[in-house]
Amino acid sequence: MSFHQDVPLAWYLLLSAALFSLGVIGFLIKRNLITVFMSIELMLNGVNLSFVTFAHQWHAVKGQIFVFFVMMVAAAEAAVGLAIIIAVFRTRATLAVDRIDLMKL
Amino acid sequence: MHLILFFVFAGFCLAGAVNLLLQSHPINSALSLIVVMTSLAVLYLLLGAEFLAIAQIIVYSGAIMVLFTLVVMLLNAGREERTLGSRVARIVGFPAVVAMLAVLATVILRAQGLGVAALNQGITSTQDLSRVLFHELLLPFEVTSVLILIAILGAVALARAEGATPGDIERTAK
Repeated sequence: MSFHQDVPLAWYLLLSAALFSLGVIGFLIKRNLITVFMSIELMLNGVNLSFVTFAHQWHAVKGQIFVFFVMMVAAAEAAVGLAIIIAVFRTRATLAVDRIDLMKL
Repeated sequence: MHLILFFVFAGFCLAGAVNLLLQSHPINSALSLIVVMTSLAVLYLLLGAEFLAIAQIIVYSGAIMVLFTLVVMLLNAGREERTLGSRVARIVGFPAVVAMLAVLATVILRAQGLGVAALNQGITSTQDLSRVLFHELLLPFEVTSVLILIAILGAVALARAEGATPGDIERTAK
């Protein structure tokens, strides 16, 4: 095969930007507490992809280590966040973000 | 080969992300998020980050998504009702997302000096990674383990039933 084999890194960055934007859109349109939380994970993944892309561009190992730290913090965040969701469900018996509005003006 | 793999898994990624937004049942959203994360692991492998690819599968599509699906099942989360959402989100949020994506895309497409990714090139081995991690960044690494420990304690304290004592849990286990 003779077609161009290499992928420009800009495409990876565009994919990362698209994933981040889809995460933000999900954060805005989803009405379920758990799916809103999943959209945040999607945003984190999009950012991780651009970290790995730039680590490849500059042959920098520290970029990949940063992704590793993001993963660990995301694991901690998921554990605590889901525990908070369970606690909210126990006290209010709903997962709809429209009905969890105690602190809303 | 690289081009084909990139298009296939970037397509999986975007399809999974869009499907996450379209599905109204949380468990379907969780499953499409697993698709996104696993295809991202393949993309990491294409970019030469082999350790991160495996860590992505184990930590993200393994541990974190198991937590998500477990909570979806535990809370018996049903179909979400579609409402219009807040007015602020509609008026400010969506134009802001579009503007942000447009700015990012313009900056990325105009950026000079971005290289290309090819197979078998620029692979970071786990050895290189751990050398930097355990020589220069040992303190942050250890601090993260403390963070994880605190997160575990916090999760147990938050998710425990109101007024339950450790004795109750032991008795239920028996």
